[in-house]
Amino acid sequence: MGSVTATADRSTIRNVTELLALIGAIAASGFRRFATYRQATVAAFSTNIMFGFLRTYVLLAVAGGAAVAGYDGSQLLTYVWTGQGLIGVVMLWGWTDLSDRIRTGDIVTDLLRPLHPVVNYLAADAGRAGYAIIFRFFPPILAGALFFDLYLPADTITYPLFAISVLLAVVVCFGCRYLLNAAAYWLLDIRGVNQAWLFLSGLMSGLYFPIRFLPDWAAALLWFGTPGPSFLQAPMDILVERDPLPIRLGMIGIQVLWAVLLLWLCYVVQRRAERKLVIQGG
Amino acid sequence: MGETLGAYVKLIGAQGRGQASYRVSFWLDLTGTTILVGADLIAILVIFSRVPLLAGFSLKETIVLFGLAATGFSLADLLVGNIEKIRAYVRLGTLDTVMIRPLSVLGQLLVLDVGFRRVGRVVYGATLLGVALWAAEVHWTPAKLAMLVVAPLAGAAFFCGFFIATSTVAFWWIESGEVANSFTYGGRDFTSYPITIYGGWFRKIFAFALGFAFVAYYPGLFLLGKADPLGAPAWLGWLSPLVSAAVLGLSALIWRFGVRHYRSTGS
Repeated sequence: MGSVTATADRSTIRNVTELLALIGAIAASGFRRFATYRQATVAAFSTNIMFGFLRTYVLLAVAGGAAVAGYDGSQLLTYVWTGQGLIGVVMLWGWTDLSDRIRTGDIVTDLLRPLHPVVNYLAADAGRAGYAIIFRFFPPILAGALFFDLYLPADTITYPLFAISVLLAVVVCFGCRYLLNAAAYWLLDIRGVNQAWLFLSGLMSGLYFPIRFLPDWAAALLWFGTPGPSFLQAPMDILVERDPLPIRLGMIGIQVLWAVLLLWLCYVVQRRAERKLVIQGG
Repeated sequence: MGETLGAYVKLIGAQGRGQASYRVSFWLDLTGTTILVGADLIAILVIFSRVPLLAGFSLKETIVLFGLAATGFSLADLLVGNIEKIRAYVRLGTLDTVMIRPLSVLGQLLVLDVGFRRVGRVVYGATLLGVALWAAEVHWTPAKLAMLVVAPLAGAAFFCGFFIATSTVAFWWIESGEVANSFTYGGRDFTSYPITIYGGWFRKIFAFALGFAFVAYYPGLFLLGKADPLGAPAWLGWLSPLVSAAVLGLSALIWRFGVRHYRSTGS
């Protein structure tokens, strides 16, 4: 890697092998970073478990022993506890790395790196998600399985589909988070934006109630008009096998569309931001 | 005494002036925090679009409970919600500066960042409660009017206790993150629904052992003139101020114990 100055472009990487090695190294560092927050991980999944109980009882009361919106009781249980596990994997809330760095001016170091910031942060996020799969996803699932009779997927194909869907969910949620954080390039203080996200993300993603509880037109509007269902509802619905295979594949298709669209938006927004950026001094 | 009070008034006044100077941010925050309560309400509305009764309670009745919980909680959040920040203060070592000042630690923490923006939520909760009671066509008696005043205040005292007690976790567990939220926000969510929906041991722990049933459920039943499906007598709602007093007293003890065991992180 040659000398890096403020005017360096991002073409200092010579070949694909080097690029992949770099991305791999960043992902590994993302994994290791979160592996050091052991106490915080326990705190976070304990909280997820507590809210899992609350959501479980509300949805069970809605079902009242029968099926509701196409889910039976045990499917709703798997739905709730998978959701509680996935909150940490997609990292629904609490990612302010980018906006903090924009506010403090540290972002300037990210702009000097040989990788595009979107790729850089996505690689680190992939590493984080890998850690979260082990230590944030399984504890709530185990707790749910310990206290309730969870629905176990019957189809073998459900498992690889679920894995693909979770991967896409991480990318879609990352895209949303990156865009929210990037608002700091213009606003500096994004507390208001975060508040709106906190409000909208739980409603439109199927976390508070399955989107199928809504009328069909509203559900369709959420699936196609917002990325919400693509970062939680899709993997949850796929795992509980509520729908036949073609519909589940369709969900993954929608996720792919959102992932591509959001990453492209991130790229565009980043470029616009760099054009007007004034680094905060200090 | 007068001097101490004066110091607090000055601290709060400075906070107010400071926050009001960022007008856009303040109004965004105010509307944002108000809308957040709205998210829970939408969830309840969607759920009731699927079922007419939730564990024996209608939509109007559930919103009365929700309104009681929301009013009590948001009042507590307005008064002592700042205490959540103690996690950051302990980790960053800011608590050391607080400790060497000649004012009480708890008092200072509460006025260090007053959440004027949270006023919106109190208004919202109270309005919702009023509308739900009106829609439920409650037959008002002097006793019910008294309960309408007592219950939100007792609920506020109850949640104040939980905010203070759970925040002390930070003294021992520095990276405790959202664990305290399980009992504060989680407790609010628990009391927003009739306790009849919860399963045996979970209900016993939260409703009775921790006392959350006395925030909204029993006072709500009294206001609605509804018999408890679980068979408890109607006067139980009047115990809520006593339960709140007990919670507040215990939380003060836990807090004192916690402060005495505080060890600086040295950072």
